[in-house]
Amino acid sequence: MLKNDTHVGSPRSRVDGPAKVTGQATYAAEFTAPDLAHAYVVGSGIARGTITAIDATEAEAVPGVIKVFTHENRPGTAWFSYKYQDMVGPPGDPFRPLASDEIQFSDQPVALVVAESFDVARHAASLVRVCYEQQPHETDLSRARHDSYEPPRKRTGIAPPPKPRGDAVKAFGEAPVRVSAEYTIATEHHNPMEPHATTVIWDGGGKITVHDKTQGVQNSQAYVASVFGLSSDDVRVVSPYVGGGFGSGLRPQHQLFLAVMASLALERSVRLELTRQQMFSHVHRPETINVLSLGADRDGKLRSIQHQAVAATSRFEDHQEVVVNWSGLLYPAENVDLRYELAKLDTYSPGDMRAPGAPLGVFALESAMDELAIATGVDPVELRLRNYAERDENDDVPFSSKELRACYRQGAEQFGWSRRNPKPGSMREGRELIGWGMASGVWEANMMKTSARAVLGADGRLAISCATSDIGTGTYTILTQIAADALGLAMEDVTVELGDSSLPTSPVQGGSWTAASAGSAVMAACQTLRETLFKQAAKIDGSPLADAAIDDVAFSDGRIVLRTDAARSVLLADAVGAGGHDKVEAEEAAGPGLIGMMLPKSHASYTHAAVFVEVRIDEDLGVMRVTRVVNAVAAGRILNPKTARSQIIGGVVWGIGMAMHEETLTDHRLGRMMNHSLSEYHVPANADIQDIEVIFVEEHDDKTSPIGVKGLGEIGIVGTAAAIANAVHHATGKRIRSLPITIDKILAG
Amino acid sequence: MNRFSYHRASTVEDAIRALSAEPAARIIAGGTNLVDLMKYDVETPSTLVDVTRIEALKGIGETRGGGLRIGALVPNTTVAYDERVTERFPLLASAILAGATPQLRNAATTGGNLNQRTRCYYFNDKLTPCNKREPGSGCSAIGGLNRIHAILGASEHCIATHPSDMCVGLAALAAEIHIAGPAGERVIPFADYHRLPGDAPERDNTLQPGEMVVAVVLPEQAQAYAGHYSYLKLRDRLSYAFALVSVAAALEMEGGSIASARLALGGVAHKPWRRAEAEAALVGRPADEASFAVAADLLLEDALGHEHNAFKIDLARRAVIRALSQAAAGTPQSQTDKRIA
Repeated sequence: MLKNDTHVGSPRSRVDGPAKVTGQATYAAEFTAPDLAHAYVVGSGIARGTITAIDATEAEAVPGVIKVFTHENRPGTAWFSYKYQDMVGPPGDPFRPLASDEIQFSDQPVALVVAESFDVARHAASLVRVCYEQQPHETDLSRARHDSYEPPRKRTGIAPPPKPRGDAVKAFGEAPVRVSAEYTIATEHHNPMEPHATTVIWDGGGKITVHDKTQGVQNSQAYVASVFGLSSDDVRVVSPYVGGGFGSGLRPQHQLFLAVMASLALERSVRLELTRQQMFSHVHRPETINVLSLGADRDGKLRSIQHQAVAATSRFEDHQEVVVNWSGLLYPAENVDLRYELAKLDTYSPGDMRAPGAPLGVFALESAMDELAIATGVDPVELRLRNYAERDENDDVPFSSKELRACYRQGAEQFGWSRRNPKPGSMREGRELIGWGMASGVWEANMMKTSARAVLGADGRLAISCATSDIGTGTYTILTQIAADALGLAMEDVTVELGDSSLPTSPVQGGSWTAASAGSAVMAACQTLRETLFKQAAKIDGSPLADAAIDDVAFSDGRIVLRTDAARSVLLADAVGAGGHDKVEAEEAAGPGLIGMMLPKSHASYTHAAVFVEVRIDEDLGVMRVTRVVNAVAAGRILNPKTARSQIIGGVVWGIGMAMHEETLTDHRLGRMMNHSLSEYHVPANADIQDIEVIFVEEHDDKTSPIGVKGLGEIGIVGTAAAIANAVHHATGKRIRSLPITIDKILAG
Repeated sequence: MNRFSYHRASTVEDAIRALSAEPAARIIAGGTNLVDLMKYDVETPSTLVDVTRIEALKGIGETRGGGLRIGALVPNTTVAYDERVTERFPLLASAILAGATPQLRNAATTGGNLNQRTRCYYFNDKLTPCNKREPGSGCSAIGGLNRIHAILGASEHCIATHPSDMCVGLAALAAEIHIAGPAGERVIPFADYHRLPGDAPERDNTLQPGEMVVAVVLPEQAQAYAGHYSYLKLRDRLSYAFALVSVAAALEMEGGSIASARLALGGVAHKPWRRAEAEAALVGRPADEASFAVAADLLLEDALGHEHNAFKIDLARRAVIRALSQAAAGTPQSQTDKRIA
């Protein structure tokens, strides 16, 4: 374990910060090649039907156009659907661009124009004429929900709802206090700043280097090899920097297929960068409808929890998330019935977006808990304490650690919750109604098998490498801290290389597992390195450490030092040289069940949060401001309070967006998402964000990962929207159960 | 984006010649709206006439009549922070600062702001029917997504709104638009510059072929409103969003009663919306909520909601009352502190 840490646990600025702010960090669409060709996608204007004719004559006549690919002339790729599956995709048949004349969703790619310049490709794309035979489509979940179904095949890694416990319907009917309502969350798009883009460098001889906007270079590599029948030696995916992922880069998106297809067919380098509008043609958070019913005693103790959710998916895949399970996890009740169903729409497949499923289900649950607090007259924090889960009743296992109680206490204290007048509409300043609301947050704490390499050179510099990505979360930085501490080096003496499929194996960066997983892998590799270095140091002729054991020494200031006598030490450089080579190298894997970890499901690992929010709402105009947020988080060991705080703030900001702004609007007659720009798809602006305070509650966890880390990339968003909705009710007495909470909903109430 | 020619005009006459030669020629200055529309293939100009080098279009100066002349090329930011504007026509400065972002306001020009196009989702998406973009193709917003659309002055062909904040301030101040064209110069009262969609929604304004805006003139009389004004903008986030409803309110006070009033709404119609009856109803009345409500009701008398935007009628009424209250109290809405006083 980490001892005498200098860097771990201390706030450290991003090691990749200077490269990013000086433009030296290269993103997928910024790589180039001498003969780079540029591609542009032509999208479908209908949601369902067939292409009856496609005419690219005019487009091909534009000087500089190299080729227009359509379903009629595109090169053959793998036949079987399973070849298009990726590491994290759901059951179903993945979308295959230009595979046939069939249209499955609006803005589906129907042609790819490749030209000598981007401008020529874009212009020629506007000249491709497409005729369709339209078929009736369905994009409206409020209608499709009536044909919902339980997904027959489960998505790997996504726990289906637990079996019902007791008789929730009967217990609800008999409960003295009942609340039951429907809660909906709009479709949302990730909209990372960096649009999806792929630059394929034609290396010659059938070999390509692919720079893809991805959260998993090895996932993209495996997909490309499988789809195009290439050997994995012929495809290298290199994406050292990612301009925001949020889940949108977990699965290969269609621009990867199209760019590689064009590059292989034309035997030259090709870049395809999607426009902001085209970013609405693929992955999104599914619109989800929750029906939540709570039955309780008069003192608020829960007797019955029922949570049914219907989430949108595409016609061709069953995308699944964990939406309802949280309701059986956060609060104990003897009678629990959780159901999760899907409804098919003629859209692209939804996908994971920051804490997939959790903020949707938790919005419903934590809104309902607020309604129960009002129905019982119990303070919202007290209600949650009365229903505190000491054990994961879904899986009937203990928690690896759970300091949620401390989150409630410290968050409430910092926020000043005790000064809250519980009566809705009772707190005001001038024309502004003040609302104080709170909610719980919960998210999975996972560790995935990950490998890392550590190489110490004779110059005393340590090189760490791993295929995982840093999607902006701070992975480069925390891995540098861990490695520097392990070998007693300054952070400046450590370099970290990520995002290259040729590096040691890593899963996609997602699920908040990267700090725990890659961090543990780096720790393990450094541990092995320490042992090797110590052995080599001890066998140097006349070594001052000759009769020491490894536990007797510390790695500090570039030396291996005897703890009991600091005068006896060996320079790391000398220890390296003693091995007869100019470097010492170690590669190790870490994962659940490895290096002394307990087996899965002997315990449940989750991060928790308590979010407290103040809103101010103009009583006449309905204009709302979120003026204060306190988010108290229990996420195990905090490696870097600075980057960790940024993650929580980012999650809270997105939670504010989810609560008040974000909504992809679909014209159901056209089957088309219409607000496909950042001017009409609203995310919070600076003016919408005021005070956000983050508290990391002390939490010791020795079961989730060897380095005590639980991960915190997603927990920040989970409870925030519910806390805001609850604050709106406290301010106005209006319970708004569909997100986003816009001015018209506040006025109508 | 189509291929186009580029012409750098050296004088107004040169620009007019270039515009007159090709019906599909378009003026480019800041490009903050036009370039986006070109990327969407909504605008496909044959030639871009770059007017940014024309000295005659630059600068702010006094008019002989005691007003202020703002050249068509003056950036929005320059207008908003010009001391002559902030002291004598602060409503205009406030309206400008309610719109867009500092970066956009730095690039956007006075003439371009007048001529920006609607942000209707359908207008901006060439794969959907839209009468404004493609006359005769139909209006998708009617019966479609119309939460941000017009409640006043719309037609069965188009329910788009004009997106500008600056123009709402100019409407309330009764600015004049100075035009140059093949037939010489002319002046259009602001109220007659933009038009209602009627059966020709493809036409946003009354410019004739070959004509261009050369300046906006703020009349001397409008200085009477420097003491009592407010620009109140309500939108889906606190900055960088087009108005659901905005109000430019300006009062001339005599003791506790109103000597004259100006009232314009943004975000509700194909042009900034004024109504003489509403303003007249305030004259001689005490500056209280009852008077303001009468004016609001008159201003919104013909309002008609669609499936998603009917809320704007009540919202506009509330906003008018608040903006008039702010104006009467001499406490205009701050455009930096997002709290509404």
